[in-house]
Amino acid sequence: MILYILCFILFAIGIYCLLVKKNLVKKIVGLGIAEYAVNLFFILLGYRNGGEAPILDKTRVIANFVDPLPQALILTSIVIGLGVTALMVAIVVRLYEKYKTFDIDEIRRLKG
Amino acid sequence: MLPIFVIIPLGCAFLIPIAGKLRQGLAQLLANSCALLLLFCSINSIFWLKSGPKIYSLGGWPAPFGICMVLDGLTVLMLLVVNIIGVASLVYSIDYIKKFTSPVLYYTLFSLLLAGLNGMVISGDLFNLFVFLEITSIASYSLVAFGTEAEELEAAFKYLVLGSVASLLILLAIGLLLGSVSTLNMADISSSLTNSPSRDLILYCLALFIMGFALKSGLVPFHAWLPDAHPAAPAPMSAMLSGVVIKTMGIYALLRVLFNIIGISVIASSILVWLGIISMSVGVLLAIGQWDFKRLLAYHSISQVGYVIFGIGLGTPLGIIGGLFHLFNHSLFKSLLFLNSGAVEFATGTRRLDQLKGVSSEMPVTSATSLVASLSIAGIPPLCGFWSKLIIIIAAFEAGNIIGALVCIFVAMVTLASFLKVQKYAFIQKSQEIVSGIREVPLFMLLAMLFLAVLCIGVGLFFMPFVESVIRPASEVLLEGTNYAKLILGA
Amino acid sequence: MKEENGMSLIVKRITRITVSLIFLFGVYIVLHGHLTPGGGFAGGVIIALSFIHLVLAFGKDEAMNKLNESIASIIESIGGLMFWGVALLGLLGGYFFLNILPKGEPFRLFSSGAIILYNIAIFLKVGAGLFSIFIAMAIFRMPAGDNTQEPKKR
Repeated sequence: MILYILCFILFAIGIYCLLVKKNLVKKIVGLGIAEYAVNLFFILLGYRNGGEAPILDKTRVIANFVDPLPQALILTSIVIGLGVTALMVAIVVRLYEKYKTFDIDEIRRLKG
Repeated sequence: MLPIFVIIPLGCAFLIPIAGKLRQGLAQLLANSCALLLLFCSINSIFWLKSGPKIYSLGGWPAPFGICMVLDGLTVLMLLVVNIIGVASLVYSIDYIKKFTSPVLYYTLFSLLLAGLNGMVISGDLFNLFVFLEITSIASYSLVAFGTEAEELEAAFKYLVLGSVASLLILLAIGLLLGSVSTLNMADISSSLTNSPSRDLILYCLALFIMGFALKSGLVPFHAWLPDAHPAAPAPMSAMLSGVVIKTMGIYALLRVLFNIIGISVIASSILVWLGIISMSVGVLLAIGQWDFKRLLAYHSISQVGYVIFGIGLGTPLGIIGGLFHLFNHSLFKSLLFLNSGAVEFATGTRRLDQLKGVSSEMPVTSATSLVASLSIAGIPPLCGFWSKLIIIIAAFEAGNIIGALVCIFVAMVTLASFLKVQKYAFIQKSQEIVSGIREVPLFMLLAMLFLAVLCIGVGLFFMPFVESVIRPASEVLLEGTNYAKLILGA
Repeated sequence: MKEENGMSLIVKRITRITVSLIFLFGVYIVLHGHLTPGGGFAGGVIIALSFIHLVLAFGKDEAMNKLNESIASIIESIGGLMFWGVALLGLLGGYFFLNILPKGEPFRLFSSGAIILYNIAIFLKVGAGLFSIFIAMAIFRMPAGDNTQEPKKR
């Protein structure tokens, strides 16, 4: 139970970093932390007491597996996170090239 | 035969980079034929529905174990919306894309967008819905940042950050549901929840889902990305964003989860009604002071989406029919308006209303279609927008929600005033100077706009058969609520 | 000038050995995806890393002689088309994505039918895709006012 609460705290730290920090690169790192927190929460859902890794073995019969379904789902989610992070970094690199700064107070041109 | 809606655009998206290297025009041909084929299939799907909902299990694994695809009334309505606007945008971009430097990339991203949208509406499995939602999101972030000027990059960054937070909230909610019912099939989750409810966890999941999907669909107070992302995207992409993406990713997914999986309750309906009322009023009040054509249209999108959510949140059969009909109509006329603004920008080079001279004499087709769309959004009979707004207002009076009905009428009047301003400044006014070099836009852009305008007028004139054949089955799916599970698992 | 040619001599000599080892390790992880953890995505990342290792050690120009952008784009599309094609083959058996190739005994390399083909398709796509992302970002020089016309890769 305490593990789930720690995951939520990690998610909150990531969202805080995304909202409050002024440097664009720190916002990317914050989003990464939040994504990892959600993935970790998902995998922890699959834990069964006394379970082992869900890999079949030739030499013995294993009685107790942890749930492999969340692990497959999180593999997909990690790839999605990779794609979004790559896109974000590409946009930030282009923004740096146009404005010569990473500070979001100077880039904020859209208002109204 | 359901996976054809995903097979065609995915194959097209993988073929286009190779085809683009061989010959330049081949990519355009592939993308357009793919979209036309999808439109043909989605019109056929109205007839597939005659014998009840269809289920297709991927890989042969039966329903609770494997991923399945489901075709029912709501799916048919959303397929029509997605593919009609998809065809119009693709035909429009045959000529519009000459402003940008790499058409191959544009068509690849657009095909991926179509694949994600189609996959999302036919999915019968909750995590499959999430994966296709992410495919759609990533394609739309890239397309918003397509012309890489400073304004577009900033808008894309804002959209990216807010969209990712929304996806994380949705994933968290899916995780909580998975932890409590241990299955991901929508029908299975629904039957497990009706048998053994644990109300606190479900309430928390409901809150997370509403936050996530409202962020994706641009309801107030989650609308901060919308007025920046819609003007900055290229015009056919703005039409897709405002007409299709915010409805599929936000409203359709919210309706599936709320009505068919968790089951509608009094709390959820009143949240939807209040979100709708606030969105309607804030959207239109912020739109009055805008002088940028596309930004004004983006604020009006927020207000019209508020109409849809208000109509559906009323919960009565008439309200749901009104809300869904307004969803269809809004995608038609708002996409037409965005395509018009793109045509005006293509011809004159500016988007600001106070710098435009009236172009109605040089661009007759554009101004005629824009007149049709503006009258439709303001709710003038006999065009389509009038009927759907009338149904929503009548439903609001019937349900006893007098405040909501009065807000609807007030917002409709302010919308009419706002679009009269647009028509005056952009099209009708005569100027003293001699405007030179403004000609009508090329052929394919005209074809796309005429297609949507003809549909607007057609749906407005023949709305009764249309409502009976397409909207009523969709509303019945929503009204059944959690009985959806018995239909799917039993069939 | 000097940084165009990559790193020092010791790094270049060692790189010639380790690049092939990393590539072989990646191929092992891909092919045994149904027996051990890993599979297409993890193997693809490792193989992309081997090419990035080349870029870091030898400098961008020499490494691009081995694998330039257009070849990476074609390999990526071929990977996607192979995945799509194998999934369509399942339609012959009646359902999309059905596993219709012969499944041998468990724990052998060629058991589990079409999954090994899916793994290879994903490895092609992920490897080429990650390499193109890296190259697209490494092309940017620190702003001197030029090169604003690279196509934006996903």
